[in-house]
Amino acid sequence: MALGAFFGRLKQGLARSTEKLGQSITAVFTRRKLDDAALEELEDLLIRADLGPEVAARIVASFRRTRFGRDITEDEVKAALAGEIAAILAPVAVGLSIDPAHRPHVVLVVGVNGTGKTTTIGKLALSWREQGLTPLLVAGDTFRAAAVEQLQIWGMRAGCTVITGAPGADAAGLAFDALGRARAEGADVLLIDTAGRLHNKSALMEELRKIIRVLRKQDPRAPHSVLLVLDATTGQNALAQVRVFKEMVDVTGLVVTKLDGSARGGVVVALAEAFALPVHAVGVGEQAGDLRPFDAGEFARGLIGL
Amino acid sequence: MFDALSEKLSGVFDRLRRRGALNETDVAEALREVRLALLEADVALEVVKDFITKVRDRAIGAEVLKSVTPGQQVVKIVHDALVEALGGEGAVPLNLNAPAPIPFLMVGLQGSGKTTTSGKIALRLREKLRKKVLLASLDTQRPAAQLQLAQLAERAGVASLPIVAGETPVQIARRAMDTGRREVFDVVILDTAGRLSIDQALMDEVRDIRAATDPAETLLVVDAMTGQDAVATARAFNEALGVTGIVMTRMDGDARGGAALSMRAITGAPIKLTGAGEKLDALEDFHPERVAGRILGMGDIVGLVERAAETIDQQEAEKLAAKMARGKFDLEDYAGQLRQITKMGSLSGILGMLPGVGKIKAQLADANLDTSILKRQAAIIGSMTRGERRQPDIIKASRKKRIAAGSGTSVQEVNRLLKQFDDMSAMMKRMNKLGQKGLMRHGLGALMPGASSGRRPF
Repeated sequence: MALGAFFGRLKQGLARSTEKLGQSITAVFTRRKLDDAALEELEDLLIRADLGPEVAARIVASFRRTRFGRDITEDEVKAALAGEIAAILAPVAVGLSIDPAHRPHVVLVVGVNGTGKTTTIGKLALSWREQGLTPLLVAGDTFRAAAVEQLQIWGMRAGCTVITGAPGADAAGLAFDALGRARAEGADVLLIDTAGRLHNKSALMEELRKIIRVLRKQDPRAPHSVLLVLDATTGQNALAQVRVFKEMVDVTGLVVTKLDGSARGGVVVALAEAFALPVHAVGVGEQAGDLRPFDAGEFARGLIGL
Repeated sequence: MFDALSEKLSGVFDRLRRRGALNETDVAEALREVRLALLEADVALEVVKDFITKVRDRAIGAEVLKSVTPGQQVVKIVHDALVEALGGEGAVPLNLNAPAPIPFLMVGLQGSGKTTTSGKIALRLREKLRKKVLLASLDTQRPAAQLQLAQLAERAGVASLPIVAGETPVQIARRAMDTGRREVFDVVILDTAGRLSIDQALMDEVRDIRAATDPAETLLVVDAMTGQDAVATARAFNEALGVTGIVMTRMDGDARGGAALSMRAITGAPIKLTGAGEKLDALEDFHPERVAGRILGMGDIVGLVERAAETIDQQEAEKLAAKMARGKFDLEDYAGQLRQITKMGSLSGILGMLPGVGKIKAQLADANLDTSILKRQAAIIGSMTRGERRQPDIIKASRKKRIAAGSGTSVQEVNRLLKQFDDMSAMMKRMNKLGQKGLMRHGLGALMPGASSGRRPF
């Protein structure tokens, strides 16, 4: 996809999430002082953006301390709010860097069902391929119908080999063999797809740990990255997801998908506060080029409507 | 703040229940907690506000304040309001009141679970209602989506529309309906591509599909983990298509309730079904009163009984009950129970339906309960002689060694099983002593002396 079209799409996506919040804030603050009622409405707006009641209350409390009772213009409120949110997000805006020394750099991709793991892998593979790296893909979702075929199609698009096993095969064994092959072939990245699983199913979480255990038999430092793919439409449950996945498989970073919709992904702010895990990238569409680095300022301004 | 809504609310209500008389401040404090809990459970803000207003009006009524048990009154009011907000009593069945082939249209965001749900509905219609079902995937967007539905159709034992490359979704829909008429299908399920509610082109497309097929059901499939965006999604799909029913998926996760409340409030359409697992039979009717009860920590006993009734052999269960009452419960019966529990699905799913389990659930999760343990236990019992099963007391060291070798387990595991069986027998005796009334009053906790000390109840 052309770069121009890509940015156009992103802008469109973000603009839509922004518009509503922006309009409502405008409605609140052009008219009156920053009094109790106004602060409450501000809190409501943040809650509607999925920041969660706790984070929303905290941000509003800091507004109360510094700006209560002042006549404040819309722009001031927006700038201050964006600044506040960007400050929370800035430390987590870290790209995913592939260390060529690992050969292969093993990336395990995990998440609950339907967040966009396979699509994200396809996009990542393509972007690394464009950087001249050779990624090897592993179709570790041997459970869901046609998950393997879905990854194979992405493999074809990206020009990468996809290693597959029989339906219902043990994902850990498949990953183990794939790592052996990647080492033999000198691949730069080994991208392992996994079946979606709810974080509260301990047996399924144990399966993920098994994948890591067997990978470490070949390379004690593998996997070098464990990416948790989060759906931006997810609400406060994202906190539970991240907490459990982090505990069980030591997640090293997040990818937030479906940010081109009406969901604002405000829970990312709560996540940054609670876990400080890097947000490596955001997904803004179904096409191969629709994955981009996470930019704290841009995201914050997007949320606020600047 | 990670606590499930039910735990939050039971904390609040525990405090309220202990109070003798309530004043308005007490009610307001409780409602603040309810508001926060609902928000943390991802109920949309506007829905929360409506709900709180309704509850406040009723709770501040004179009856509550004068009542001898005001706490109980407030609990009841919150519960009733929750049931009402979720759609009143009883499940709403799928609409099959149309000339065959009856078209069902499945819509929703990407990754909400439309394709899996289509397969589940197909299986349910085939098995429970003996309908001849055709599954057709109109998803030309996501790679291998059509193949996925074809594979699910095979598992569900229903037909799927042959895949023709290059057709538009509207063309596929027409071909599906033609095939449905020609080959005399009862129901044609049209599974569409996931789409964002703000994607005008794709929303127009699904509107065209709707116009071309005139579906009897337009089912909006929603992930139970959805946040505040539930409002935007529900509104957009409802305005574009006129949603006739909602399917909540991933109800087996720990995000329960929130989005369901929002969806129902915004669309006015009933929540017809819930998905609670990855297997094709993990589809249940939505019962507002049960989900409300679950949210409030009262358990979903009706659901449990229903699920049990479907899988448990009636005669065997009666025999077992008689034996339990007489205190003669042996390892053979235990093995029989294990088989039936395995048939009912995941243990955590079953436990989630029990009242009073909310608090010990975390411990249970730590204990890593999964059905593979049950399989191992069945293997251990299978390696015993009949005499040993009837009289586990005779199992000493050398028998244990033999049993472990025979079942491919270890002596420790055999020991653990015997210990659990002992605990269980003790529990049965307590249950007989407590009787039905005691069980109702004290909940499951009364039966589980070990739960607080971290011992496994199974």
